[in-house]
Amino acid sequence: MRVNFTVNGRQQEADDVWEGESLLYVLRERMGLPGSKNACEQGECGSCTVRLNGLPVCSCLVAAGQAEGSEIVTVEGLADYAKHRDDSHPGGGCGSVCGGTSLQEARQWQAKGTDGQTGEGGQLSPIQQAFIDAGAVQCGFCTPGLLVAADELLERNASPSDADIREALSGNLCRCTGYETILDAVRLAAARQEETV
Amino acid sequence: MDFLRPASWEEALAAKAEHPTAVPIAGGTDVMVEINFDHRRPEYLLDLNRIGELSEWEVGEENVLLGASVPYSAIMENLRTELPGLALASHTVASPQIRNRGGVGGNLGTASPAGDAHPALLAADCEVEVESVRGSRLIPIDAFYTGVKRNALAADELIKRVHIKKADGPQQYSKVGTRNAMVIAVCAFGIALHPETRTVRTGIGSAAPTPIRAKAAEEFLNAALEEGGFWESRKIITPSIAKQFAELASGSANPIDDVRGTASYRRHAVGIMARRTLGWTWESYRGEGRSSIEGVA
Repeated sequence: MRVNFTVNGRQQEADDVWEGESLLYVLRERMGLPGSKNACEQGECGSCTVRLNGLPVCSCLVAAGQAEGSEIVTVEGLADYAKHRDDSHPGGGCGSVCGGTSLQEARQWQAKGTDGQTGEGGQLSPIQQAFIDAGAVQCGFCTPGLLVAADELLERNASPSDADIREALSGNLCRCTGYETILDAVRLAAARQEETV
Repeated sequence: MDFLRPASWEEALAAKAEHPTAVPIAGGTDVMVEINFDHRRPEYLLDLNRIGELSEWEVGEENVLLGASVPYSAIMENLRTELPGLALASHTVASPQIRNRGGVGGNLGTASPAGDAHPALLAADCEVEVESVRGSRLIPIDAFYTGVKRNALAADELIKRVHIKKADGPQQYSKVGTRNAMVIAVCAFGIALHPETRTVRTGIGSAAPTPIRAKAAEEFLNAALEEGGFWESRKIITPSIAKQFAELASGSANPIDDVRGTASYRRHAVGIMARRTLGWTWESYRGEGRSSIEGVA
């Protein structure tokens, strides 16, 4: 079957999608967006977390056909999404209301010195920068899901308590860091966000 | 496999009538796991995401009409006052990502004894509104669970919404698991005080082939509270009553040994949760009494 949706502000179409296929599979294998990771395939680990119409969900548990017509943000689009949010909706999120990126912005979009494979030279969102600065990335496999979840937390709650952070990230497993540096990164991003507002 | 995407409830009922083997999918948090692991290859997937009314709720005089697909996160955020037990249970469901997708309809459709919503639904008292092209009917929650992962739904029926009694007293929910998130219940217990009818209702999860009520414990407690005049006096429930209630609750469990826990552990834990949740709810019932007396003064 054919599925249409918007990914990171751009209209996408996938053909010959198997009816039982997950949104995660379509993103990774058909759209060349391998940022969302495939690990448990049962919603336990959160490494496939994406925003679906604004809400963080496990993309492994969304049937591709269910995403028809929806707005999806993956880790690849997180920097653009965060920039758009800062420019257009300071202090809040646009969620599904405006779809993240306007048509105008999407048309003007171009890869700005980004190495398509490594992303080197690309712009980072504040949460991505904070993860690097706090040393919250070790093997990196859980990182994309954590970034999407943490970014959504900070969109909703500008100064989260430690309990809020733990709660928001409770669906994302990390086997390397012991989580402390991840909590540090979210606190750091929140503090920087407060400075700029 | 065919992917059916009805745009309206009527279309969904027609599709289910035409293809009774179609597997309804809403949040996908059960169905997609089975498909991902190749445990299930349904002939038809019936996507309910386009039917907006399934994600709506309505707070009436006596009941909350809760759409089958209202996500757990929305229940936590919006229905804490009307459905405190279910809101607490919702908060124990998996993780934020899962709570954003899953809803009570899925718990009822799967009818796993470990579904987190069941003990709260049993304790609050509710009816499940199911519909087919033949018409609609209300199934009392006590008659809904018919076996391990089996329910009273006919092959052509879909769950539309649940008519849940609005709380008329304190409710509590307790769940045993190895961590505070992302955990399937080892066992769970829900309790609701109904001061209007002077009754207490309970629900037990993961400790019998189906979600059940601890009926003997309820009957004992209802009689003891009535006899001792506890509803009027709001005095502390005597430890012997609480102990007997816990023992009877434990006795109504009929658990098995499995990887998550042994039968004897589950029986023990059900008793502990029964005693604790009774203490918590009764304490807030007593508190309400104090504040209303102060209010009058």
